[in-house]
Amino acid sequence: MTHYLLAVHGPAEMDEFGNYGSKEEMEEAFAATGVFNDKLQAEGYWVFGGGLQSASTATVVDGQGEKPVMTDGPYLETKEVIGGFWVIEAPDLDVALKLAAEGSKACRGKVEVRPFEGLA
Amino acid sequence: MMQRGTAAVERVFREEYGRLIASLVRRFGDIDIAEEAAGEALVTALEKWPESGVPPNPGGWLTTTAGNRAIDRLRREKQRDAKHQAALMYHDDTPHEPTGPVEDDRLRLLFTCCHPALALEARIALTLRLLGGLTVAEIAQAFLVPETTMAQRITRAKKKIAAAKVPYRVPEAADLPERLGGVLAVLFLVFNEGYLATGDGDPVRAELTGEAIRLARILRDLLPEEPEVAGLLGLLVLTEARREARVRNGQLVPLGEQDRAGWDQGLITEGHDLVRECLAINRPGRYQILAAINAVHTDAASASDTDWSQVVTLYDQLTRLDPSPIVALNRAVAVAELDGPEVALALVDRLPLSGYHAWHVARADLLRRLGRTAESKESYDAAIAATQNSAERAYLSRKRGELV
Repeated sequence: MTHYLLAVHGPAEMDEFGNYGSKEEMEEAFAATGVFNDKLQAEGYWVFGGGLQSASTATVVDGQGEKPVMTDGPYLETKEVIGGFWVIEAPDLDVALKLAAEGSKACRGKVEVRPFEGLA
Repeated sequence: MMQRGTAAVERVFREEYGRLIASLVRRFGDIDIAEEAAGEALVTALEKWPESGVPPNPGGWLTTTAGNRAIDRLRREKQRDAKHQAALMYHDDTPHEPTGPVEDDRLRLLFTCCHPALALEARIALTLRLLGGLTVAEIAQAFLVPETTMAQRITRAKKKIAAAKVPYRVPEAADLPERLGGVLAVLFLVFNEGYLATGDGDPVRAELTGEAIRLARILRDLLPEEPEVAGLLGLLVLTEARREARVRNGQLVPLGEQDRAGWDQGLITEGHDLVRECLAINRPGRYQILAAINAVHTDAASASDTDWSQVVTLYDQLTRLDPSPIVALNRAVAVAELDGPEVALALVDRLPLSGYHAWHVARADLLRRLGRTAESKESYDAAIAATQNSAERAYLSRKRGELV
């Protein structure tokens, strides 16, 4: 088994209804994502997951120098950032890709799939 | 006859490479381990075979030797490398066999190499490297990129296969049609590398054309209902049918000048049956149309009997599916036979293909037929410079030499 990060890409700036456009769509996405989460747990793929606050709440820490340097905002100046993620455990990439496609449909965002080197 | 010498060893090694790697990947679960072991088996073969001759079952010999080398290496490294230790658990003593489960090994490896999580360029490169047994240098040359770039592409793809756990198996029935397009494209490219081989060696690499056809036949057994598989197989066998007639005295013989008695009638019959089957299914696709074009050519008793209007109609149909300049170039070559070289040249000159040798070949021929000798010579020179196939170069040099 391998652990995979399923990272949801979304806009850096969110409006009143997140990135969903309207209250109805946001509620639908939340409901669909809840169903997908239940499925991951029921079928044994679930390790951890959650949605993130908007990118403007991020702080980047660079501890490579003598003193750590804190920077307000996400690491890269981009239009798209990670809006949430799951960590799953799956036997191979085909399974992870299928789940990512379901998750993408549920949460209405592109999902990047990356294997973990290992879990701490 | 006993084969001796380094060249014989390398030839056998290349012929056996796909089978060897596929069975080692199944056994050890790791492409790098498989390649290293195969490389060590080659070194041993190069030491022994020139003295003792090629053994009667060279594939079996290579598989056994490479398997032993891999186990030795894993034992040496297992203390410090948990991954290799895990790989040892794949240990499996299935003997090397020319048929049976080994066939599926190569098919499994084909689907791994053609996995959609890999970039298309990487899929082609991996398939040629691991199943075709081409060197990185040859693949780089085939795709006109520097060798270091190709080496990085292959290394990166293999790393992704290992780290992300791209599975080593034939996809389930539900996923199979979707995964097919990439596999078909790769097989077609492998065939083409065999049919118009790059480098100074054999102008035709029958082991590659044969390999592409063999894999296409296995795919057809798996997917008998899928017309594009039938189409690709039809295209490949109708092209392969002309292989023997296509090179004479080290020179390429173009379709119109080939001795049609030298065509393989068995393959032609098979190809025509496949094309008829596709027409009956009536779900046209790229490979089916290309097969149909080749069926028109192989149906004609002589070059002058060719139904060119049918060929152009089929290219029109293909253009709707694939409006690429290369399709337009091939269509223009057919238009020359129907509407004359002047009309065709106007079409060819519009295409942005000055880096592509076939564009120069087509122009040189059309200019020659129009009596524009000086321009034709220039185009032949450009074509000769851009051509990587020795027989085509010889043919083009002769045609250029005939111009006065």
